[in-house]
Amino acid sequence: MKRFVYMDNAATTKTRKEVLDEMLPYFETYYGNPSSVYEFAGKSKAAVDQARDTIAAALGAQSKEIYFTGGGSESDNWALKAIAEAKKEKGKHIITTKIEHHAILHTCAYLEKQGFEVTYLDVDQYGMIDLDELTGAIREDTILISVMFANNEIGTIEPIRQIGAIAKEHGIVFHTDAVQAFGQVPINVDEMHIDLLSASGHKLNGPKGIGFLYARESLKIGSFIHGGAQERNRRAGTHNVPGIVGLGAATRIAMETMEERRKQETKLRNHLIRRILEEVPHVRLNGHSSERLPNNANFCFRFIEGESLLIMLDMKGICASSGSACTSGSLDPSHVLLAIGLPHEIAHGSLRLTISHETTLEDVDYAVDCIKEIVVKLREMSPLYTDFLKENQNQ
Amino acid sequence: MYSEKVMDHFSNPRNMGEIENPSGMGTVGNAKCGDIMRMYLDIDENGIIRDCKFKTFGCGAAVATSSMATELVKGKSIQEALQVTNKAVMEALDGLPPVKVHCSLLAEEAIHAALWDYAEKNGIVIEGLQKPKNDISDEE
Ligand SMILES: Cc1ncc(COP(=O)(O)O)c(C=O)c1O
Ligand code: FES
Repeated sequence: MKRFVYMDNAATTKTRKEVLDEMLPYFETYYGNPSSVYEFAGKSKAAVDQARDTIAAALGAQSKEIYFTGGGSESDNWALKAIAEAKKEKGKHIITTKIEHHAILHTCAYLEKQGFEVTYLDVDQYGMIDLDELTGAIREDTILISVMFANNEIGTIEPIRQIGAIAKEHGIVFHTDAVQAFGQVPINVDEMHIDLLSASGHKLNGPKGIGFLYARESLKIGSFIHGGAQERNRRAGTHNVPGIVGLGAATRIAMETMEERRKQETKLRNHLIRRILEEVPHVRLNGHSSERLPNNANFCFRFIEGESLLIMLDMKGICASSGSACTSGSLDPSHVLLAIGLPHEIAHGSLRLTISHETTLEDVDYAVDCIKEIVVKLREMSPLYTDFLKENQNQ
Repeated sequence: MYSEKVMDHFSNPRNMGEIENPSGMGTVGNAKCGDIMRMYLDIDENGIIRDCKFKTFGCGAAVATSSMATELVKGKSIQEALQVTNKAVMEALDGLPPVKVHCSLLAEEAIHAALWDYAEKNGIVIEGLQKPKNDISDEE
């Protein structure tokens, strides 16, 4: 049988068996609507409450500060639009970064059309924002700072605690897109002065299409989906009970196993990085050396193009992703790779590998062996590599 | 995403490599997505393309169209090679996804660039051949 090695856990994860097992009864057995009055529905309501408590505890928040949504994109949209709407009398300036997920960037673009002004902070070559630049960008009319907890492409973890402190000092609402970080690294909303936080179930071995928004109790945020009275009148729609149960279970397991997974994944990931950097010439590691998600590795291989690399990896049964322009549909290279200062041509040869708790040493070694072979093959095909070799010969 | 033919030409590219002292060589790029394609032609005294090789830095579709284009021009006369349009290459590959159509333009343009180089080297004019662009994204 062809080997199957899934190394795209930043795109989505496998739902854990335990999570699925906890969800199943809420399809067939306890299918009641949690908003109904009869006893039968009480089971569903209790399950939703329990998931909410688990998530709140994971963040050091109160249960009533957790709102279930349809996923990370909805949470991001809601957070930004609701604060913009609530604070527009105070001001119309928002600060974010150049490396946010499109759920943030495209929402910001939408708000710009509505008359808001957005500052997009630069990042350094490792993907870190500069706290002085952040402070310098703050104005009288700044109403919101939104900085992602960890970047989905290069894995860089932003200085969230310090950003929170700056926001608090200036009386500005602070939102963080923690879709990649929640369940992977410890988060405490009070210690880090986070006012709003987005997360998504399918990134932490939970189901797809379910997420939540944490919103500090003192914030007045309006409803995003209008309709029924669910989620304290703020997010209408019959509860996705199995999804919510799954998100709760995934959160519980992620918190219980965090430390152990961090150790194991970091070790494997470092082995992966070490082998690639030592055994493949003309390669660079993207992202930060220490402030980085445990499961993320991101490289640029010079002289080759990412989509070709992905197809060849796929033929070997390896799932990965790339920020190459050719894979984007829009033919623009990844905005994150451009923001860390990579020229188009280098961004072209990017490869992201994101492992999980199920990844083994054998998987990693197999992937590295395949990458080595494929890179040689693609470079043989590359006119850029031909030119590079000729130039070196002439010197 | 890709047809079987595309995957076949991508996995087993035909005529990949270089020709030493080619009769004509052309390199074209698409600055928009950053891809580069190079064609080498070996043309005999009767104006027949004896050999054609390519090198490509680009996506699966770019590699497959390069490979297919070399097959289509090999053994042809210069005039026949001029008829190898990006449409012809795409058809021979059983089509490309819409976002990948521009990749096939590179192949057509690279052949034209190589023919242009041949014409310049030999001081001849090839009827119907226009000076190729180095960057095809100008067209769009
Ligand atoms: C950082 C970040 N934000 C937001 C999202 C969107 O989440 P969802 O797919 O749940 O809408 C993702 C996932 O693709 C992400 O990585
Ligand atoms: S060569 Fe870039 S998309 Fe085909």
